[in-house]
Amino acid sequence: MAERMRVGLFITCVNDTLYPDTGRAVVTLLERLGVEVGFPEAQSCCGQPQFNTGYRSETEPLVRRYAEAFAGYDHIVTPSGSCAAMVRDHHPGFAVPGAADAARRTLELTEFLVDVLGVTDVGAYYPHTVTYHPTCHGLRALGLGDRPRRLLERVRGLELVELPGAEECCGFGGTFAVKNAAVSTSMGRDKARAVVSTGASAVCTVDNSCLMHIGGVLRRAGSPVRPVHLAEILASTGESAGATGHGTGTRGAIR
Amino acid sequence: MSGTFLGMPRRAVPGNRPGAPRDFPTAAEAAGRNTTLLENLRHATHTIRDKRARAVAELSDWPELRAAGAAIKDEVLLRLDDHLERLEEAVTAAGGTVHWAADADEANRIVTELVHATGETEAIKVKSMATQEIGLNEALAGAGITAYETDLAELIVQLGDDLPSHILVPAIHRNRAEIRDIFRERMGEWGRAAPGDLTDRPAELAEAARLHLREKFLRARVGISGANFMVAETGTMVVVESEGNGRMCLTLPETLISVVGIEKVVPTWRDLEVFLQLLPRSSTAERMNPYTTMWTGTTEGDGPREFHLVLLDNGRTDVLADTVGRQALRCIRCSACLNVCPVYERAGGHAYGSAYPGPIGAILTPQLRGVGSELDASLPYASSLCGACYEVCPVAIDIPRVLVHLRERVVEGGEVTVRGSRVRLRPARGHAAERAVMRAARWALDHPGVVRAGQRAAGRTRRLHPRRLPGPGAAWTASRDLPEVPAESFRRWWRRTREAGAGGGTASGDGQREDRS
Repeated sequence: MAERMRVGLFITCVNDTLYPDTGRAVVTLLERLGVEVGFPEAQSCCGQPQFNTGYRSETEPLVRRYAEAFAGYDHIVTPSGSCAAMVRDHHPGFAVPGAADAARRTLELTEFLVDVLGVTDVGAYYPHTVTYHPTCHGLRALGLGDRPRRLLERVRGLELVELPGAEECCGFGGTFAVKNAAVSTSMGRDKARAVVSTGASAVCTVDNSCLMHIGGVLRRAGSPVRPVHLAEILASTGESAGATGHGTGTRGAIR
Repeated sequence: MSGTFLGMPRRAVPGNRPGAPRDFPTAAEAAGRNTTLLENLRHATHTIRDKRARAVAELSDWPELRAAGAAIKDEVLLRLDDHLERLEEAVTAAGGTVHWAADADEANRIVTELVHATGETEAIKVKSMATQEIGLNEALAGAGITAYETDLAELIVQLGDDLPSHILVPAIHRNRAEIRDIFRERMGEWGRAAPGDLTDRPAELAEAARLHLREKFLRARVGISGANFMVAETGTMVVVESEGNGRMCLTLPETLISVVGIEKVVPTWRDLEVFLQLLPRSSTAERMNPYTTMWTGTTEGDGPREFHLVLLDNGRTDVLADTVGRQALRCIRCSACLNVCPVYERAGGHAYGSAYPGPIGAILTPQLRGVGSELDASLPYASSLCGACYEVCPVAIDIPRVLVHLRERVVEGGEVTVRGSRVRLRPARGHAAERAVMRAARWALDHPGVVRAGQRAAGRTRRLHPRRLPGPGAAWTASRDLPEVPAESFRRWWRRTREAGAGGGTASGDGQREDRS
């Protein structure tokens, strides 16, 4: 069945530009699970920055582009909880042909793995202590529930440690991070403190924008804790297990 | 001792009473430097947040109750005129008098005249958000009438010449030591003084307040309140509280004046039952609040002989005209959204510049007052849109959705209703640069070739990128490192490795060379 369904990867503008490792990890992971991945190059941004800042009219062309780019795919899979939530919750509100239909076909990566493929053991090996931050959009907008946790628990070598105050926002919030920089930073520092308190060597989420914030605070504080996207952990096998995460010097490297 | 202060008990304390903030981010940043305030807030919000979660978890039908609460409120709002007329009939039939106030000034004038008519110059007050909203105490003071707050926390705020910073716990920003100092220094100016050797033990503080307030309860002939609910079918007012001080004000005076927002009406007692479950668990984390006072008009020989209900609009029917924003009128003022909000916890209530702080304030104030001022236009942005407020709201107000809706109003303008007339709002000033950036970003993102070119340029120059950004970007880099731009975008990698043939060849060269260098 996996061979016959058409799966389109929605990489998201943040991952495309800043975190290509995450995109490569999704491709590696899905192909290892026998899924043929398509990448329609006409895709762009989901429009979340514009929409959440109030620029609805600037959002509409991007909603249109999304619906057109992904027409014909059975599933649209994205390694971003907040972009998936933007598409699912807000694209149908635009008077754009196909927007509601594309929204229905859009899944965050862990939803696709657990609900569509029916797997929780993806054959990954990641010999590190990891703490998981359930991002706000993943937790409250998409309702990912324990899907990420179930996937992490089946990763060989991985020790999962609880993050205190896990359900509290990291303070990123898109343009909130600069419009209310003081509050955003305070939230980020509290989150980083909680991460460090776990003793984990890596903090993992389903969203690189949150990780950019948490990682930015951690790095400014000189912390060695690595931010790493869940997809990169799930894609890791014996050979690549030590070489993932933001700021490990592997970004931009070609596998 | 009771006669020491009958006029306007206002001693000038420069810089004590917080003024209206310029905008939310500035006020929040200032609050963030006050470590005592943050510690008080953090302790209080986390304690009540956890207790609420436990109280709600006890009810297996909470989601159904929540849905019922939202549905009842929506139905009320759809036929608000009918319900209010029914309420007016019932209140009048029960011996009360109903007054209609279109705005704050009118409500203040009505209450002032009613108090004047009694010949009194004092009134005791039940904690009330509506009277905070309209600035009733200040209006009464201007007319020579002293209003005494009797809710313990409101008393602390009033004595401290301060403003409330929380809907349920107005003095949440004060700790015990601060309260002791306020009691010691100020109580005597308003009536019975606190003992000179008062400590910060809660029992002692409560006893000082009890003795101070008791003489007010026994002396006052006019009581002023709000109401949590008004039951239309019988004209019954409902006030829920924890201290019993409210009941003193509602039963002892000869004249009772209640100022209530028009959205507080519920059709029947069956509807009330839903809210009497939702409200206490959401606000104080109690299964049932200690005091629920209900009264219907007047009763011979029992309680106030005169009852006046002032129905307050003050922008509410304008909010009703907005199909997205109107859900804010479902609010039952439980303050669960404040207690769970990470932004409120770090900014404090005063940063919101109105009687309604926190997430609910961020959607209510810009609708009731409009987004004309810099402060009010900044309120819809006082959120990371984390959604915790929506999750805990007992009447399912989708606060993040309304926030985004109001952000659209701020930056794009559009039609709104102001005092019953449709008005076309122009986009707020001060967003020109942001608008240009958003437009440029949208244009680029709608042209993937432009994005590719930008990514290539960024990748090639990545060793030169500064660690600290100028302009608005400095707000990020002042406290957080920037991510490094990779040599090759995902798009380019895909082209180079997956699309062999078409375009793949030309795309491969630079990226590889650069990465190996």
